[in-house]
Amino acid sequence: MSSSPIVEEAGAVTAPAPAVHTVKTMSFGARLRRDWPLMLMCVPAMLLLAVFHYLPALGNVIAFQDYNPFAGDSPLQAFLSSEWIGFGNFQYLFETTAFWDSVRNTLAITAFQLVFYFPIPILLAMLLNSILSPRLRSFVQSVVYLPHFFSWVLVVSLFQMMLGGSGLIAQTLREAGMTAPDVMTNPDTFMLLITSQAIWKDAGWGMIVFLAALAAVDPSLYEAAAADGAGRWRRMWHITLPGLRPVIVLLLILRLGDALNVGFEQFYLQREAVGRDAAEVLDTYVYYQGIGVQQWGVGAAAGLFKALIGLLLILGANKVAHKLGEQGIYSKS
Amino acid sequence: MTTAAETLKPRRPSLRPVWEEKPTLAGQIGKGAILTLVVLVVVVPLWVVVVTSLSSADTINNAGGYVFLPREFNPSAYVAIFSGGQVTDAILVSTFVTVVGTALSLSVTVLAAYGLSRTGTLLHRPILFYFLLTFLIYPGMIPTYLVVTGLGLKDNLLSLIVPTAVSAFNLVVLRAFFMSIPSELLDSARIDGAGEWRILFQIVLPLSRAVTAVVGLFYAVGYWNSFFNAVLYLDRNDLQPVQRILQQFILAGQAPTNVGSGAVVHIPGLGYVAPPNLAIKMAVVVITLIPALIVYPFVQRHFTKGVIVGAVKG
Repeated sequence: MSSSPIVEEAGAVTAPAPAVHTVKTMSFGARLRRDWPLMLMCVPAMLLLAVFHYLPALGNVIAFQDYNPFAGDSPLQAFLSSEWIGFGNFQYLFETTAFWDSVRNTLAITAFQLVFYFPIPILLAMLLNSILSPRLRSFVQSVVYLPHFFSWVLVVSLFQMMLGGSGLIAQTLREAGMTAPDVMTNPDTFMLLITSQAIWKDAGWGMIVFLAALAAVDPSLYEAAAADGAGRWRRMWHITLPGLRPVIVLLLILRLGDALNVGFEQFYLQREAVGRDAAEVLDTYVYYQGIGVQQWGVGAAAGLFKALIGLLLILGANKVAHKLGEQGIYSKS
Repeated sequence: MTTAAETLKPRRPSLRPVWEEKPTLAGQIGKGAILTLVVLVVVVPLWVVVVTSLSSADTINNAGGYVFLPREFNPSAYVAIFSGGQVTDAILVSTFVTVVGTALSLSVTVLAAYGLSRTGTLLHRPILFYFLLTFLIYPGMIPTYLVVTGLGLKDNLLSLIVPTAVSAFNLVVLRAFFMSIPSELLDSARIDGAGEWRILFQIVLPLSRAVTAVVGLFYAVGYWNSFFNAVLYLDRNDLQPVQRILQQFILAGQAPTNVGSGAVVHIPGLGYVAPPNLAIKMAVVVITLIPALIVYPFVQRHFTKGVIVGAVKG
C-alpha cells in the first residue's frame, strides 16, 4: 500500500502504519470499553448484510422443499409449512434438458469470451502504452472507459439502435438499396453479439489493470534491450509480455473461477429476441424457473447448484493462484 | 492530465526516448486506424442519439430514421418528457433512489470501514471476516426475492435500495485508505480527548474526501443503473425507474404515449411543435446517459489513478 498514489494524493500522508493496539495487557472489559464505538459503527452495515445477504443465503434451503408460497400468509410461514422433499428438486433438475442446455450455454459463452474477449484489454493497453503523446493517450483512455458506467439496458439499447432491424446501419444499407441482416434477433450470431457488447462496455475499463502493470515495468529494461540490439517486437516479447504475465495469469485464473457467471441482465434483455436456445444461461434459467413459472424449489435448487459449483471453482482457482505464487483474491494467512 | 505547462513545452524531441527506433509509416498508420476506429465505435452511437433527440419530425423523416448530421436545435422532446407523464415519473423515481440510496450506502460503508480500520480492536477479525465472506457466499436470486417481498417491500422504492445497499468491495477500498492514515495523527487527537466519532468526522473524513466521493459516485451510478430489481419488485407503472422506461421504449418497441400533457409542446421561438416519437425515445436515452457523463470526469481523475492502482498494488 505504501506506494499507492492515492496516499500521495491525500497530501498529508507519507508512511502508512496502521495503529496496532497493544492487546495482551488489556482485559476484555477494558477493550470493550475502549472499542465499543468502533464496533457500533460496523452494526448498520452488518445488519443490512444479515437481512439481505446472509438470510437469503440461508434461504437457499428451500431448494430441498416443495416450496408453496400459498401455504402461508408470508414467505416465512409458507416456508415453515412447505413440505421437505430432500433432493427431489435436484433430481428433477438433473433430468431436465433445459437445465443442461443453460449450463452448456453458460460454459460455451465463458470459453468463447476467454478467447475473444480476454485478450482485448491486454492488446488495447499495449497499444495505448505505445502512444507517446500524453494528450492523445488520455483522450483515448477517457473515451474507452466511458461505457463501463452505462447500464446493460443502455448498452443493449444502443446496439439495437445501431444494429437492429430498424437501426442506423440497416437504415443506411436500405437507402443504398441493400438488405440488412438483423443481428439482434439472430441466434446463430448471438455469441458474437454478446461478446461485442461486452467488449464495447468493459474492455476499456479492463485495460486499467494492464496499464498499471505496464507503468510498473522498469524503463531501463527497454533501454538496455535496445542497446543490445533488440527491436520493438523482441522488446515486446521479452520485456512487455513478461511484465504483464503475473496480472494476466491472475485474471485468467479468477475468470476461470468465475466461469458460471456470465452476467444476467445482458441475457435477460435479449432472451426474447433471440430465443431460449441461444440465450438461456444458468442465471436466466434460475429466474424463469423460480419467478417466471413459479417453481420456487427448482429455481432455488438451480441457484444453489450454481453457487456451490461457483464456490468450488473460486476456491480451486485461488489454490492454483497460490501455487503459482500469486496473491489470489484472498491471501493464505 | 495535461496542464498548461505541459502543452507549452516543445513536445516532439522529448517524447521518444533516444534509444527507440523511429516509428515506421505502416505502424503509424495502423495504430492511427485502430485508435480512430476504437474512438468512433464509442462516440458515433452517442452522437447519433443526441442529434436525433434534438431533431424535428421533418429532419427525422428526411433521414429515414436516425439523424447523423445536425440540422437544427429542437428541444421539444425534452420539454415533453419533463412536462409530466411516464418519463417524468421515472426521472423522479430514479433521482430519489439514487440520492437516498447513495446517502444510505455511503453512510453505512464509511462507518463500517472506519470501525474496521484499526487492527487489534475487539472482535476485529471476526467482523472483517463477516464482511469478506460476502465475496464467497452468494445469496441467490430466489431466496432474496422471497426475503424482500416477505418484508413487504413489493411496490416500495426501498426494494431498489436496501438489497444492494452494502458493497463489501467498496468497504474494503475505503478501509484500506483509512488504514493508510498515520496513526500518530489519530493518537494525538485521542490524547486531546476526541472520541471515535469526532476523529472520524473531523480528521479521517476530511483527509479522505476524494476516495469517499469516488465510492459514493460508484454507489450512485449503481443506483441510477438499477434495472432488474425494478423488474422483480415494482409492478406499479408510476414507480418504474428510467432504465425500465428505456427498455420499454427501445427494446420492447413501445410507443411513447404517456409522455407530456398532450401531443404538442410549446417552445419559445418555435411555437407549438409535436415532438416525434423517435426524438422522445432518444431524449430518454440521453437522460439515462447524463449521470454517467457527469460522474465520469471526476471518477476518471481520482479513481483510475488512485484506488484501482492502489488496490492492484495492494
